[in-house]
Amino acid sequence: MASLPDTSRIQGPQEVKGWNADQIWQPPSKGQRWADFLFRRLCFAFAATTVVLILLLVVEIGAKAIPAFREHGLHFLYSQTWDPNRGVFGILPEIWGTLYTSLLALFLGTLFGVAAAIFLSEGYASEGVFKILKLFNVQFHPFWGKLPERLEVLLKNLIELLAAVPSVVYGLWGLFVVIPLIRPACNWLHHHFGWFPLFSTDLSGPGILPAVFVLSIMILPTITAISRNALISVPPKLRMAAYGLGATRWETILGVLVPTASRGIFGAIVLAFGRALGETMALAMLVGNANRLTVSLFSPANTLAALLANSFPEAGAKEIPVLMYAALVLLAITLVVNIFGALVLERATAEVEAK
Amino acid sequence: MLRLRLILLTSLLGVFGVFNACSSSKGNAVKLQGAGASFPAPLYLKWFKTYSGVHSNVQVDYQSVGSGSGVKSFMDRTVDFAASDAAMKPEDMAKVDGGVQLLPMTAGAIVLAYNLPDVPGLRLSREAYVGIFLGKITKWNDPAIVTTNPGVKLPDAPINVIVRADGSGTSFVFSKHLSAISPEFNSKVGANTQPNWPVGTKSKGNEGVTASLVTTPGSIGYVEYGYAHSQNLHMATLENRSGNFVAPTTDSAKAALSSVQLPADMIAWVSDPEGKDAYPIVTFTWMVLYKKYDSKEKLDALKALVTYGLTDGQKEAEPLGYVPLPDNVVAANKAAIEAL
Amino acid sequence: MRSNENAKQPTVAERTTAPDPFSGIDLGELERSIYRPRTFLSVVLSLIVTAMTLTALVPLFAVLIMLIWRGGQKLSLALFTQLPPAPLEQGGGFGNAILGTLVMVAIATLITVPLGVLSGVFLAQAPAESRFASSVRFSAKVLTGFPSILAGVFAYGAIVLVTGGYSAIAGGIALSILMLPTIILTSESAIAMVPARMKEASIGLGATGTQTAWMVLLPTAMPGILTGVMLAIARAAGETAPLLFTALFSNYWLSSGGRLSLMQPTASLAVLIYNFSGMPFKNQVELAWAAALVLVVLVLITNLIGQSFSREQNLQ
Repeated sequence: MASLPDTSRIQGPQEVKGWNADQIWQPPSKGQRWADFLFRRLCFAFAATTVVLILLLVVEIGAKAIPAFREHGLHFLYSQTWDPNRGVFGILPEIWGTLYTSLLALFLGTLFGVAAAIFLSEGYASEGVFKILKLFNVQFHPFWGKLPERLEVLLKNLIELLAAVPSVVYGLWGLFVVIPLIRPACNWLHHHFGWFPLFSTDLSGPGILPAVFVLSIMILPTITAISRNALISVPPKLRMAAYGLGATRWETILGVLVPTASRGIFGAIVLAFGRALGETMALAMLVGNANRLTVSLFSPANTLAALLANSFPEAGAKEIPVLMYAALVLLAITLVVNIFGALVLERATAEVEAK
Repeated sequence: MLRLRLILLTSLLGVFGVFNACSSSKGNAVKLQGAGASFPAPLYLKWFKTYSGVHSNVQVDYQSVGSGSGVKSFMDRTVDFAASDAAMKPEDMAKVDGGVQLLPMTAGAIVLAYNLPDVPGLRLSREAYVGIFLGKITKWNDPAIVTTNPGVKLPDAPINVIVRADGSGTSFVFSKHLSAISPEFNSKVGANTQPNWPVGTKSKGNEGVTASLVTTPGSIGYVEYGYAHSQNLHMATLENRSGNFVAPTTDSAKAALSSVQLPADMIAWVSDPEGKDAYPIVTFTWMVLYKKYDSKEKLDALKALVTYGLTDGQKEAEPLGYVPLPDNVVAANKAAIEAL
Repeated sequence: MRSNENAKQPTVAERTTAPDPFSGIDLGELERSIYRPRTFLSVVLSLIVTAMTLTALVPLFAVLIMLIWRGGQKLSLALFTQLPPAPLEQGGGFGNAILGTLVMVAIATLITVPLGVLSGVFLAQAPAESRFASSVRFSAKVLTGFPSILAGVFAYGAIVLVTGGYSAIAGGIALSILMLPTIILTSESAIAMVPARMKEASIGLGATGTQTAWMVLLPTAMPGILTGVMLAIARAAGETAPLLFTALFSNYWLSSGGRLSLMQPTASLAVLIYNFSGMPFKNQVELAWAAALVLVVLVLITNLIGQSFSREQNLQ
């Protein structure tokens, strides 16, 4: 076997001083292999912690929920009365409320979130500003010329700022601003289209619609930020190739970019859905906390997380197992939704691959 | 450049640490941690802050997490004392090693606040307000309300009832009162920290109910006096046991409490007070202490703190919307503290 | 193929205005005409997306304006140096709450970032058929839906009862339960998006998997990972429910005997906002709004600092 070439004098890039090819253009040394082994084990251990954590959580909550399970059984899941005094518990309205509000919020959030992500990744803002600068012929000015890029960064940060607002503040904003704002329009809809099941009650205060609005605003930054990253990571070659073939801007976006980034976008949607299911404080303040099974957008309802938030602080020893049972149901819902999502993803990828 | 940023970051943190160290001067302070009801929280916080200010070796901290949470923390021994509007159940008291001492520290009134801008002085008879909360009276111009308000133009609008979503001492006291004056309410709903109200949209906390009242036209709800007062909500004048219509004021609340006799365990409910000037919905609120403390310093500090609350502290009660304790209650408290 | 050898040399004028080689062919226009349906559709969609983004920004501005309007009046240095006031007391601040939030979010970040990012590295490198990796991924997804109040309840049982009191550490641990799934899933996603050829090139040069991870994958995926971390931090800083059961609140500085103490009930901005916004006292409510504004600005600053680190890494 020929000996390896002498690489000791090959110098690395200027920014990384003292680098020469000998250091990496070789099979790994014993120390490096050892480090690799340890690191892999470490990553494995850390990943295992997640599974351990969730098992711990499920076990602890489950253990506390056993008395309630024995006493109420599956009746808990389809009964509609929640009466702590009489020991009658049922969470069907809450299960429905959780799914209804989360799905609606997810729909709105995804629609606007992905739109915003596309807007940011395409760079419309900087293009627009560039065109304006060109009008004044300052596009290469040292200060003004940087404006497009700075505007993009500003917009990105503004959307992420939505995530920084505490959920309590969203709840308060919803109570004091959103509800009075939408009440006239909602009551008008109820008056004129009350026969339509979605508008069948009037908006007297907190209800599903304000909760859905605020919830969708809360999950929007997650969807936008992660989707934007996914869209930006699409290799520029693909985009240029599509333009080269004569596609319009939107034909590339819808035909090439979004499908390529779909895994990332779908991941964003999953995260957002999880957040919507588990959101506690804002919904406790806005959803109206009524144990009612309803499709009307303007009626108060209840969600599992809000029920937990309201009942927990004052829960006596008899109520806690029941609340833990409700918590298990919430986790189960998240589980089922994720399984469903995974199946959908598998089916979609299989179709794409089959083509 | 990277190093510069790292240095900047650590120095920022260092500054906070220095802030921290400089601000604390209490070396061997006795720290007392309490948690419990939100009803008396404003008053307690005022007391504790003033007391800590005067006695620099004692730091008292109180968190308003709700009567139930406070009692739970108390039973778990994660706090030094608790506060509760619903006192404590005998079975819970039995679970605490060494025994529990309850001390009524102040009292307050629960008002029916409503949002009808054109009707400043609404008078509600017993039949009317029980009916509203049972869902039997659904419109403002119902005969039961009209008869007690001659000359007042009541709108032909639905009554938006607002109730509590969370478990609460305020709910407990109000539902106890309604159960005492109405057998129908007693059998249908009953007294509970989280009653199963037949009507009403639910809001979280006294503050949530207040916010809903402020933003919902034609609404009515039950809140602690201070909350309604701070938002300038109209408060209904209610019919009491003697048939008089009494507005919620410090005097009418005092009149309600004056006839109370405190039993040995210091728990007394004034669900339907006698007295022609008595406002019908009032309650004591209790501080919950262990009968035995491991640390003598904590015990002495607590004793001094409670004594302060019973003497100088009572002067702070009225401006904040609470009712100063009658003298016989103060005396009973003092006797109980000595025994700790 | 044209043969030009016998043609005379073109003059300068003729050279610069070359004969149009396409003169006989009709190419249509190379610029898009808006009247064509495809272009029209594209322009319309662009306008729609712009409108939607602006609509999405409206609530942000509404909330920010509300915060600035209601909380801005109270902004002063005193907010950072003073302790919370009692009811009916004027003035006061929430320096201890700021410190508490910083400390607890820092604890949670220190726990979750190594755990989460390295789990993400593992998941991204794991073979697709690995059932263990699938179960880890699945656990992380289920954990995203975990209600915040339960994280507090779990930490209460696991830590507060065991240590006998409320503490900043318990609060940090409760927050880390909420941060972890976001960081794991976004890290895995970001690392998976690193082009495969970069990884293969690194291995081809003889690097171990670890060296590839540290020198190629993580730096390239850093913007995506950082986004996830920032989202997680933003969420954790604003969560109230878990802290109510673990760190409770305190009206004093986070110290005991003059030194920083992590084993005591700790104030935090989120709990302060929750407590004060509900009080029937004007001073407290104004402080709550000011605290909300300070919290949002703090998270923004953290965001910007994090981004500046990321840019540094990329330059190197």
